[in-house]
Amino acid sequence: MIEPTVARFHTGDTVTVREAYPIGHVRTPFYIRGKRGVIERLCGAFANPEELAYARPGLPAQPLYRVRFLQRDVWPDYAGQPGDVVEVEIYQHWLEPEEPQR
Amino acid sequence: MNHEPHHDHGHHDHADAHPQGHRSPPRPDLPDTLTYYRAMEAAVRELLIEKGVFTADDVRRQVENMDGRNAGRGAKMVAHAWLDPAYKARVLANGSAAAEEIGLDVGPLKLVVVENTPKVHNVIVCTLCSCYPRMLLGLPPDWYKSRNYRSRVVREPRAVLSEFGTVVPDDVEIRVHDSTADMRYLVLPRRPEGTEGMSAAELEALVTRDSMIGVAFATRN
Repeated sequence: MIEPTVARFHTGDTVTVREAYPIGHVRTPFYIRGKRGVIERLCGAFANPEELAYARPGLPAQPLYRVRFLQRDVWPDYAGQPGDVVEVEIYQHWLEPEEPQR
Repeated sequence: MNHEPHHDHGHHDHADAHPQGHRSPPRPDLPDTLTYYRAMEAAVRELLIEKGVFTADDVRRQVENMDGRNAGRGAKMVAHAWLDPAYKARVLANGSAAAEEIGLDVGPLKLVVVENTPKVHNVIVCTLCSCYPRMLLGLPPDWYKSRNYRSRVVREPRAVLSEFGTVVPDDVEIRVHDSTADMRYLVLPRRPEGTEGMSAAELEALVTRDSMIGVAFATRN
């Protein structure tokens, strides 16, 4: 039994999605890479789809979060209302803590 | 000389139906081009049947099951939540458990139910492919799988919703849910006004597929 990776983020934490462009089966949409959002909830831990896609076990399981982003932070020309948001499921290894400004 | 040999028997009937003598071309058959994926599906299926892993009837039965699921299942859950605040709280806390509680088998589905309120309107998409709560809504409509919907609803949701005839007031936050991974989403629409005293069955009839995707409101017809 391989224990899931420990969850390092909590609801309300500000995070940034890694801006990386690896090849393969990746379930982090392009449009959200490099964007800053807030953890809405921890969904649980799931086998890593980037490994499962190639018939590997994908363990240890990765914590999966729903992350909430302000639309105007995602699309600079967003034409809707300032409070509109988009929520995306993102695995922990795609998230970085927001470093406090020094 | 007839250019459409399969069509000649209908000539006179069609002449009546189309005064200008216009004749429609025959409809093409269902897509029957042997694409890469169709060939792969057929090869794997036939091999598994030959090896006795399952039978052709098992495949047919599973397709029949999938086709038989429809949005009535999701509607049952929504109507129940409208009628019972305690149940609604359980729906929002754990969608999968709440579905099982009223006898809806959702299998391994991890269901997240998101509630529309006077201040928030939710809409569901899968920008990467076509993830959809099939166990509760049946097969997704073609537009849900289109690149048009998938690329635009995440970027200009208000414009896309208005094309569906759904105008969300400016003071209501739009919350788009991109189901990129292991969760599946269902919108709990707002209960229409003037439905007090309706039975569960009457309420279920108001809960459409599109209202549970979030591209429409539930209305009193």
